Amino acid sequence: MSNYIPKIQAKRGQLFDSLFILVLVYVSLYIPLFLESDVKSVEETAQVQSYTWEALGVSAVEQEQWQKLGHDPASAADIINNKFDYTIDPLMLAITALVIIGYFFFVLRVSNKQYREVIHEKFNGANKQPDAEARQ
Amino acid sequence: MTAESTSAENVQRISMFKVLNPFHVWALGVGIVLVGEFMGWNFSVAKGGAYGALIACWVIGLLYSCVAMIDSEVTSTVAAAGGQYTQAKHIIGPLMAFNVGLYLVMAYTMLEAADALIVGDLMTAVAAATGYEGLNPQPFVVLTIAFLAWLNYRGVFMTLTVNFVITLFAFLAIIALFVGSDPLNPGSVLKHSDLLTDLPYGWIGVVAALQFGMWYYLGIEGTCQAAEEVRSAGRAIPLGTIGGILTLLVAATLTWYVSTGLMPWQYLGQATTPLYDAASIIGNPSLQVVLFIGTMFAAIASANGCINDAARAWFSMGRDRYMPTWFGAIHPHYRTPFRAIIFLIPIAVSFAFTGLLDQVITFSILSGLLGYTFMSINMMKFRKMWPLGVIKRGYIHPFHPIPALVLLGLCSVVYFATFLGYGASLLSIMAFYIVASVWFVLRRYQFVKRGDQFTMPWPRPKGY
Repeated sequence: MSNYIPKIQAKRGQLFDSLFILVLVYVSLYIPLFLESDVKSVEETAQVQSYTWEALGVSAVEQEQWQKLGHDPASAADIINNKFDYTIDPLMLAITALVIIGYFFFVLRVSNKQYREVIHEKFNGANKQPDAEARQ
Repeated sequence: MTAESTSAENVQRISMFKVLNPFHVWALGVGIVLVGEFMGWNFSVAKGGAYGALIACWVIGLLYSCVAMIDSEVTSTVAAAGGQYTQAKHIIGPLMAFNVGLYLVMAYTMLEAADALIVGDLMTAVAAATGYEGLNPQPFVVLTIAFLAWLNYRGVFMTLTVNFVITLFAFLAIIALFVGSDPLNPGSVLKHSDLLTDLPYGWIGVVAALQFGMWYYLGIEGTCQAAEEVRSAGRAIPLGTIGGILTLLVAATLTWYVSTGLMPWQYLGQATTPLYDAASIIGNPSLQVVLFIGTMFAAIASANGCINDAARAWFSMGRDRYMPTWFGAIHPHYRTPFRAIIFLIPIAVSFAFTGLLDQVITFSILSGLLGYTFMSINMMKFRKMWPLGVIKRGYIHPFHPIPALVLLGLCSVVYFATFLGYGASLLSIMAFYIVASVWFVLRRYQFVKRGDQFTMPWPRPKGY
């Protein structure tokens, strides 16, 4: 089997490919930024009506540190009441796991096929390399 | 020969300078990562509480110890620009290599954006503290990235020498903060007994905290990118990498100890610059100045290292035709991958302008995590295809295959941790890599010279 001769890409094609990957990067980078449902959080439904350190369950030492950081009870309440929701959706978890496993399966399988072409060309093709060259 | 005429076609005649030593490797690895102690790690406190963040620090420390061990062996054997990308090319195959190249570029470019954001936010905070409210941080973001890109354009030796100096200062700033917090008198400045709480979300929060626990160490594997430019890869890469991970373990532990003894966990979990805040609470103006400079230097060192690494990965892909060959050029005078450096500037700047730090960090972490998953598979294949004694290795890591298996297991747990709270981001980023992979197979692979993808002077791999 003769060595594979790759196509030579024209300047216009190079520009197109650069722009394509750039657009793909931007789209992928910005999509999660606008998925507001993702980031956090569950605001506590029982909002504290009158903000006091006692109502927020803050101890005297914690209160002192909050104040040193420039916060009053109202601004601290926004931070304290902002919490993560770790409820697991089994369907979403299964889909996510399948996507990750499927991705690696695909990449490894295709890579293995391509790698055999690389090794065949390297060791059987025109630029064959002697086997013993790098032995210790 | 002009810069413009230096294409990938004649790149074989122009190579990078071999001028770096183990200190430069340490500066590259620690320089990229140390900013994680100044910001970012604390988001793990938000996800799992203070103790959750500490457990994350240790568990992820184990993950990175495995990364450092594996990296030291493979990189000291495959000493070429591109690091893990080049390893994937020689051990797994072109599509995996393409993906690994993208992991590197994305992880470092996103991290660079986050670093520039920190510089901008710090300038705004200092302006506000001195009576200039509402200073726009965006010019500082652009200036930081542009200046560092120029430094990288001009040469790797100066770039990493600067990194060594500012990284060392930033590390000493953490030590100074620890000393300044009077650790020998618990309760006087540090108030752990009053501020440490139970796990706010239970053990599920601890698992979730592993996601941002990666920020303590993310990027240490970037030492591999210097492989083609060190004087002795077999000596400099293992020394610099393992010395770097030890430095980071110390810095991470001190950072957690001081921060959790000074700030309520809810505040700490959302702070943009927690160590600077810690110095502010202590109330020592000199310490505040040191931590301001330390945070600034850490962010700059990280962005500097990220530009260095992302550009080399992008350059390597261009050189191999995985990306347009135009990027595979080395500057004839400075011997740097100048086109790759310039191309990545607007990407980093535009992402920094979103201002959403935790989302930026998530993209960077996930790209890094995919790379670590690859590394565990890569290591097992590497030993199987070229068993010990068949090829010359610069370093042989002990206990194989335990580090690779532990790494794979921990990566799986961190995917789950990311799913907890950032599930949509995880799927969106996976979609990017899947579409890019299909694009590579259908479009880019036709331009790739098959035999040229294997350049190491090794014998034929077993099983092929």
